[in-house]
Amino acid sequence: MSTVTDVERAAMESEDQRENWSGNASTGHVVEPGALDLSHNVILYLEDITVSFDGFRALNRLSLAIDVGELRCIIGPNGAGKTTMMDVITGKTRPDSGRAFFGQTIDLTRLTEPQIAHAGIGRKFQKPTIFEQHTAFENLELAMKADKRVRRTLFAQLLDDDRDRIAEVLTQIRLDGEADRPAGLLSHGQKQWLEIGMLLMQEPKLLLLDEPVAGMTDDETERTAELFVSLAGKHSLVVVEHDMAFVEALGGKVTVLCEGSVLAEGDLAEVQEDARVIEVYLGR
Amino acid sequence: MRTPLTLRILHSTPRAGWIALAVFAALTWIAVPVAHAVLPEAHPLHLSAYTVSLLGKILCYMVVAVAMDLIWGYAGILSLGHGLFFALGGYAFGMYLMRQIGRDGSYQSDLPDFMVFLDWKELPWYWAGSDSFLGTLLLVVAVPGLVAFVFGWFAFRSRIKGVYFSIITQALTYAAMLLFFRNETGFGGNNGFTDFKRILGYSITSPEMRATLFALSAALLMACLVLGRYLVTSRFGRVLAAIRDAESRVMFIGYNPLHYKLFMWTLSAVLCGLAGALYVPQVGIINPSEMSPANSIEIAVWVAVGGRGTLVGAVLGAGIVNLAKSWFTMSFPEYWPFFLGFLFIAVTLYLPDGVVGLWRRLRARTAPATPTVPAPQQSKPQAEARREMQPAAVPIESNRLPAAKGAEA
Ligand SMILES: Nc1ncnc2c1ncn2[C@@H]1O[C@H](COP(=O)(O)OP(=O)(O)OP(=O)(O)O)[C@@H](O)[C@H]1O
Ligand SMILES: [Mg+2]
Repeated sequence: MSTVTDVERAAMESEDQRENWSGNASTGHVVEPGALDLSHNVILYLEDITVSFDGFRALNRLSLAIDVGELRCIIGPNGAGKTTMMDVITGKTRPDSGRAFFGQTIDLTRLTEPQIAHAGIGRKFQKPTIFEQHTAFENLELAMKADKRVRRTLFAQLLDDDRDRIAEVLTQIRLDGEADRPAGLLSHGQKQWLEIGMLLMQEPKLLLLDEPVAGMTDDETERTAELFVSLAGKHSLVVVEHDMAFVEALGGKVTVLCEGSVLAEGDLAEVQEDARVIEVYLGR
Repeated sequence: MRTPLTLRILHSTPRAGWIALAVFAALTWIAVPVAHAVLPEAHPLHLSAYTVSLLGKILCYMVVAVAMDLIWGYAGILSLGHGLFFALGGYAFGMYLMRQIGRDGSYQSDLPDFMVFLDWKELPWYWAGSDSFLGTLLLVVAVPGLVAFVFGWFAFRSRIKGVYFSIITQALTYAAMLLFFRNETGFGGNNGFTDFKRILGYSITSPEMRATLFALSAALLMACLVLGRYLVTSRFGRVLAAIRDAESRVMFIGYNPLHYKLFMWTLSAVLCGLAGALYVPQVGIINPSEMSPANSIEIAVWVAVGGRGTLVGAVLGAGIVNLAKSWFTMSFPEYWPFFLGFLFIAVTLYLPDGVVGLWRRLRARTAPATPTVPAPQQSKPQAEARREMQPAAVPIESNRLPAAKGAEA
């Protein structure tokens, strides 16, 4: 049992190299294979990604680049392929063709879900998925950036620093009063926040957020926008949303996805004036 | 700041648990051995050989139930093949017992009787080392562990889940049973192993030996409970339960479910193997029927009856069902399968959390103000905030509502 398998080792190495990265990234060169290399200021790069389900093209030669520290919104009608795009980035779905790179060197199409998580990509699902039987505190504990191999979790213990970090995130997501409640008993909005909190605990470089404010009150939505804006810069964010007021509040660049490829890209105001975008949204 | 492991193991079982274990130890390590091996047979408190072996057998079943609960109750993986690991441990130890017979068998040969009967001239290669006690202990752990590891590796890596997994485990134990039925396999075919004489040179039928095996079974059970308790309260246990509830989320936060499942699965199989090894000398026989699919299903019934997801429930379930079984098989043997089926249906329909769940519900009813189920612990500020939000006309009693709802969930 205790022998390190290849998968484990790969996950471990990418973890180690991620630690090294912050030191020499600014110099741009001398990057070990598999380390996150942000030398061209691009954190995520998709090129000609195609995904078909029984002949139906959910993604059709999709190309997209996200800059380091950027906050990007992705909008588009239902079935445009937004969730499928996130599935490809996180290793859940393998593309039929095309390339997906995290930084300059990490080929996402070759890694498993846990490896991609270790490399520094966190994801929030469209439907909130949290551990309903665990308390909010435990949910955050499990998500916390740590060595996630069996032999470590068997003996892991919460240190004071860990508790402080969890308490900090609990305050950030306004769940400090609910720390010991089973997460299944939280309101829909609170579950969304908890999942965002889990993402923060992972300390990812890139956050993928699929419809994060669905089911939130206006007040909660506003706070979420504030939180995301404050995260941008230190992290890169890709936010999928239908709520235009929310997209406006985020204020980043907007990409419109339609039928599996990019239809338009630019400021929200620019995009909203685009004739093709209007057609897609109003023509149905 | 870091707490040593021994202390953490100590803390993982609550005080009431340690007291219960101490009482249990006093009973199984002192009271029962004395009542069986020291008190004369005429004494009213004397325990017969039959009773001690029956209780010892049930202790072994309890270990299996705990092992089953760890993988089913906590990791959500229903195995319907755990009887196989139990039997493999039993066979591994049975080989040693067969070698210990020496020349006292009916054919007075160095070979076990069934091999002489088949006209074999020497031991098959895989019997090598079976005369060594330590080697046998190694086999008892390694054989079920290895079989489980290899099987689990392929099954979990292919992401086989739920009922498909359960069916494959049934097929596995069934296939193994057919294999062991064959005489050529070299494990005594149909009849398996029996007529054991000695362990480490001491007679297996002596009261002292019986009491020792009984006490060892109790020790194994207690060790399993303490270990199990540590596992399920560790972060490892929380990851395992998280995999049960939302596997994809677990993967996206960076855990590899394969390793977690495989570890728990293999450990569970090893515990079954150890139980099997203690079971065989106490009942005096092991044959392929231990691998029958029905046996494995029965293990799941024990856990369901007791209440899966609680270690105490698994122990209670194994005890209740097996005591009922030995009573039935004495009084109306032909009705046992029907009763077992009825029990399973009744528990599934009316007692989804088993006996432990029933007990908790009863306690919650008699004392509604103090729910026993992990109720949301309201921190002060939150409770206050809620009170502030209450319109003045609403009686203060309604503050309890959210807590009561939590208790039911
Ligand atoms: N596993 C699958 N099998 C078959 N078709 C699928 C699968 N996953 C997605 N699709 C199809 O691919 C298309 C894109 O789906 P996707 O979920 O990516 O859309 P979306 O842009 O996220 O939509 P929404 O805004 O409704 O969430 C849809 O037509 C969907 O039916
Ligand atoms: Mg979607």
